Amino acid sequence: MMQRDVGKSLEGLVGRIYDFISHGEVPEISMPSRNKDNIVLDQLLSVWKYGDSLVTRSGKTVEGAEYLVKLLYIIDFIREMIRENKSSTLREMYYISEGWNLAKFHTQDESNLLAEDLEVISELLREDFKLRPEENGASIMGNITVEEKTRKGEFKRINCKDDVGDSGYSIPYTVEEEKLRIVDLDADFVLAIETGGMFDRLVENGFDESNRCLLVHLKGQPARSTRRLLKRINEEKGLPVVVFTDGDPWSFRIYASIAYGAIKTAHISHYLAVPTAEFIGITASDILNYDLPTDRLNDKDIAALNAELKDPRFNSEIWRDEIETMLRIGKKAEQQALAKYGLNYVTSTYLPEKLSNLTGYRW
Amino acid sequence: MVSKKTAISDFREASISEFFEKNRHILGFDSPQKSLYMIVKEAMDNSLDACEEYQILPDIQVSVERHTDDEFIITVEDNGPGIDRKQVPAVFGKLLYGSRFHSFKQSRGQQGIGITAAILYGQITTARPSYVRTKRLDDDVAYEFELGINVKENRADIHYERPVIWNVKSGTLVKIPAKGKYQTGKQSIMEYIMESAVANPNANFKFTDPEGKTIEIRRAIEVPSKPGIAIKPHPLGLELGDISSMSRLTQAESLLDFLRNDFNRISDRIALEIAEKSGIPADLDPRTLTLQQIKELKRAFGEVKLMPPPTDCLSPLGHDFIIKGLKNVYGDSRPSHYSKPVVRPIAVHNGQPFAVEAGLVYGGDLKSDDPVRVVRFANKVPLLYQAGACAITRAIQEMDWRPYGLDQKSGQGMPYGPAIIFVHVYGIRIPFTSESKEAIASVDAISAEITMALKSLGRSVKSFLGKREKRKKVYEKFRLVNQLIPEIGKKSAAILGKEMPDLHPVISKIANVVFITEEIQRNEGSTKSVVHAVNFTRAPVSLKLYAEPPLGNYDGPELSWEISDLQPSMEATFQFSLVNVNAEYPGTTFYFTGIDPVRVQGAEPLPADYGIGGLTVIEEDEGAGEDE
Repeated sequence: MMQRDVGKSLEGLVGRIYDFISHGEVPEISMPSRNKDNIVLDQLLSVWKYGDSLVTRSGKTVEGAEYLVKLLYIIDFIREMIRENKSSTLREMYYISEGWNLAKFHTQDESNLLAEDLEVISELLREDFKLRPEENGASIMGNITVEEKTRKGEFKRINCKDDVGDSGYSIPYTVEEEKLRIVDLDADFVLAIETGGMFDRLVENGFDESNRCLLVHLKGQPARSTRRLLKRINEEKGLPVVVFTDGDPWSFRIYASIAYGAIKTAHISHYLAVPTAEFIGITASDILNYDLPTDRLNDKDIAALNAELKDPRFNSEIWRDEIETMLRIGKKAEQQALAKYGLNYVTSTYLPEKLSNLTGYRW
Repeated sequence: MVSKKTAISDFREASISEFFEKNRHILGFDSPQKSLYMIVKEAMDNSLDACEEYQILPDIQVSVERHTDDEFIITVEDNGPGIDRKQVPAVFGKLLYGSRFHSFKQSRGQQGIGITAAILYGQITTARPSYVRTKRLDDDVAYEFELGINVKENRADIHYERPVIWNVKSGTLVKIPAKGKYQTGKQSIMEYIMESAVANPNANFKFTDPEGKTIEIRRAIEVPSKPGIAIKPHPLGLELGDISSMSRLTQAESLLDFLRNDFNRISDRIALEIAEKSGIPADLDPRTLTLQQIKELKRAFGEVKLMPPPTDCLSPLGHDFIIKGLKNVYGDSRPSHYSKPVVRPIAVHNGQPFAVEAGLVYGGDLKSDDPVRVVRFANKVPLLYQAGACAITRAIQEMDWRPYGLDQKSGQGMPYGPAIIFVHVYGIRIPFTSESKEAIASVDAISAEITMALKSLGRSVKSFLGKREKRKKVYEKFRLVNQLIPEIGKKSAAILGKEMPDLHPVISKIANVVFITEEIQRNEGSTKSVVHAVNFTRAPVSLKLYAEPPLGNYDGPELSWEISDLQPSMEATFQFSLVNVNAEYPGTTFYFTGIDPVRVQGAEPLPADYGIGGLTVIEEDEGAGEDE
C-alpha cells in the first residue's frame, strides 16, 4: 500500500478515538476476537479466518485505556518512521517503548500482539507499518533461482542449489515481489522440514536432487516470510507443498499454520496459508508402524492434544484418529528417531514410502 | 503430671536431689544443646518474675562463654530486687524451695525446682560450683557466694560467703558452669531471648554469645508489668496430693477452719456442707487426715455448688505490650499489617482460671511461601520445644485458614503465608504435657479459647487483604481518570493536530466522584505520604477527611483535614511522614464525614467508634454463625 494511504488510514483510526472523547463518550475500539473459538473456514479460499465475534477495548477500564494509549503511541511511532523513511524491528519498537511512559510495554509479546492487533483493526500489513521481525534463519535448498534486492538496491541472482553452501539460501524477512523475485524453478514439489537436524540429513543425502524437490527448513513454528514464500511457490509456480515434522502436538500445529492458517494471523490467512499442503509425518501411526524410539507425553503435551481435539481446524476424521492414537499410546517421537534404522533410512525408505501414499488432499 | 510432682514432694527431702540426678530429662536437661538453654531460661524466668513482683523495668544481661571445648560458663544478671543473703542457700541450693510451690499465682518460673536444677546440672557435669552475687536495694553491700549442692541432704554447700562492693542499685548475678553444646537457630538461647523480648517489651536484653558477639534489644515501653495476684487454691483444681500436702502444712486447728481458710470460694455454709458430705467430723485436726478421708473430701468438693475462681488474679500482657513487643522484635521485617491483638475473656479449666491472648503480623519481608511462624507463650515464657504436642500448634493446624486468606493444603496442617502468629496462654496451673513445661496440654477448654482467638486473627487478616485489594482498585481507577484518559485525549489530539478535547464529560461518565488516594514519596532518608483529594464531580464539594496510617508505619498524632468548597476538577493535597516503608506498603485507611458516601471513592464513612481503637479490646464470645 502507498505510504501516504497508510498514514491516512491510521489517522482515520485515531480520529475515531478522538471523536469519542470530543463527543463526551468513553473511547473504544472493536475488532474480531483473536482466539480459536473465533476462527471459521473461508469456503472460497479454503483457509481459516476470523469469524464474527468481536472484542471491545474500552476506556472504561484501566486495561482498556492502557491498550488505547499504547495503540496511539504505536501509530505515532509508525507515522514518524514513514515520515523519516525508516523501519524498525519489533524488538526495537519494544525497546523504544521504554521512553513511552504510560504506554511502555511490559514484554515483547505484548508489543508483538499489539502490532498484530493494529493489522487486524486497520486491515493493513505489518510491512506497511515498517515493522519487521528479526531474521529467523529459515532457509531453502534446491533448484530454484531467485533475485533478491540487496541493501544497495540491486537485484542479485542466486540459485539456491549452486550458489549457496550446505545450509541453503537464507529466507529474508520480506519475500514480496519488490524484494524477492522467483526467476526460475526446476522441481516437482516442496518438502518443508521442521528441524535443522533433519534438513541437514536430507541435504547431505542429496534428497533434493534425487527426488527433484525443494527443501525448506521451517525452523520450528515458521515465520510469516517462510509461510509467505511457500505460498508464493505454491500459488505462482504450482508446486505442491509437503510438510515433514516431529511427531508431537506442537508439530501438528506447525502443519496447521501452514495448511489452515494460524490463529494469531488468521486475518491474513489468505495471504500466508497453503490450503493444499499435505502432512507426511511423523504421525502417531508412524510411531507404531515404524516402531520408532519415543518419549513419554508430558502434561503439557497432553493438554495440547486435548486442545487440538477442540480446535475447529483439526476437526477431521484423520486428525481425530491420529490425536486419539497419540493420547492412547502416550508417546511422541522426533523426526530424527528414524535414524534408528540407519542414516539413509529416511531418504531411502521412509520418505519414498510416505510420498507414494500421499492423497493429494489436505488432512 | 501434677500428681508426679506431688509424689516428688512426698519423698524425704534428702532424696529429691538424688532423684533429679537420675531423672534430669524430666526437667528438660535431656541433651547437651538443651541444657545450656535450660540454664539461661531458668535464671531469666526468675529474674523477670522478681522484677515484675517489685515493679522494676527489667535489665537482663546474659552471656555464654566457652570455657573448654564442651564446657561453658553461663552468666545471667538482672536489676531485680536482690535476695536476702540468709535466703540464698535455700533459693539456690534446695530443690522444691521457693515461695511459689504452694501459692496459687500466675508466674513464669517453675515451682522451686528450676534454678537449683540448673546449678545441680552444672555441678554434676563439671564438678564445679556456681557463683551468686546479689544486692538488695536497702543494703550497702552486695554478697557473693560460691555454692554447690549437697545431693544427699538436699541443701546448699556454701563454699564461701562474703560481702563485696557492687556498684548497682540492686540485682542478682548467677554464674553457672555447665557441660553442653552451644547452638544457634530455632531452639537456641538467642531465640529464647528474642521471644522473651516479645512478651516483655518493657525489658532490656543484652546477650553475648561464645564468639563474643553482643546483641541488644532495647525496651519499647516504660511500664512495669502487672504481676498476677496470689489466690488460695480453688477446690476443683486440686489433686489428692495437693490436698494432702495442704492438710499437713495448714495452720488450721479443725477441718472446718482448714476448708474455710485455706481454699478459695468455700464459705462457712459450704464448709459445713463439705464436711457433712464427706462424713468427716468437722472438728478433726486436718493434719491427721488419712488418704481415704482426703479422697472423700475430694469427692465432696465435686458435690457442692462452688463459685468459679476469681478472675482478676491473672496478668495478661494486654494490647499495648503485644503490639509493642511484636513491633520491637519483628519490626525489622517491616510487616505491612499488625492485627489488633485479641484478649479473650478469662475462662476456667479444672477449677483454675486461664485466658488466651493472641496477635499476628503479616506481610513485609516475611516469606509468603514458608509455613506461618508460630511463637508460643505460657505465662509470658516462650515455648521453643515440643511444638507438635502443644495445644497452640494443634489449634492452628486444625483450623481451616483458607477462608481467611492464608494458603493451606486441604484445609488443615500448618498454614503458609507471610505471617507470624503469637499466642499467649496464661493462668494459674496451666496443664502441660510434661514436667519440663514445653507444650500446653490440649484440653478442650483451652483449645476452644485458642481457636476463638485464632479466628479473630484470621478475620483481621482477611479484612486487611480485602482493604488492600479495594485500595488497589481505587488507585487503578484514579490512574484511569487522572492519567490514562487525559493521555488518550492528548495523544490523539497531537496526532491529528487538533485541540485537546474537553475531558470532563468522559471522566464524569467513568467516575462521578471525589477520589481520595495516597502516593508514597521517598526522599533521601525520609518517606512521606501525599494524600490527593480530587473532585471529579461537576459540583463543588466539602468534607472532613480522616487518615489512619498502618500501625507499623506511623508514629504521630491523629490526622484529619477539612476540605471546603473544592471546585470540580480541582485537587487538595495533604501530607504526613511515614517510617519503615517497604515495597509492600499496605496503605492508609481514609474515612470521611460531611458528604454523601456514594460521591466518594478511596475512603469510607467514619465509623462510630473511631479514635478508641487504641484501647485494649476484649473480644466477647461471638454467637453462632460467626464464621460468616
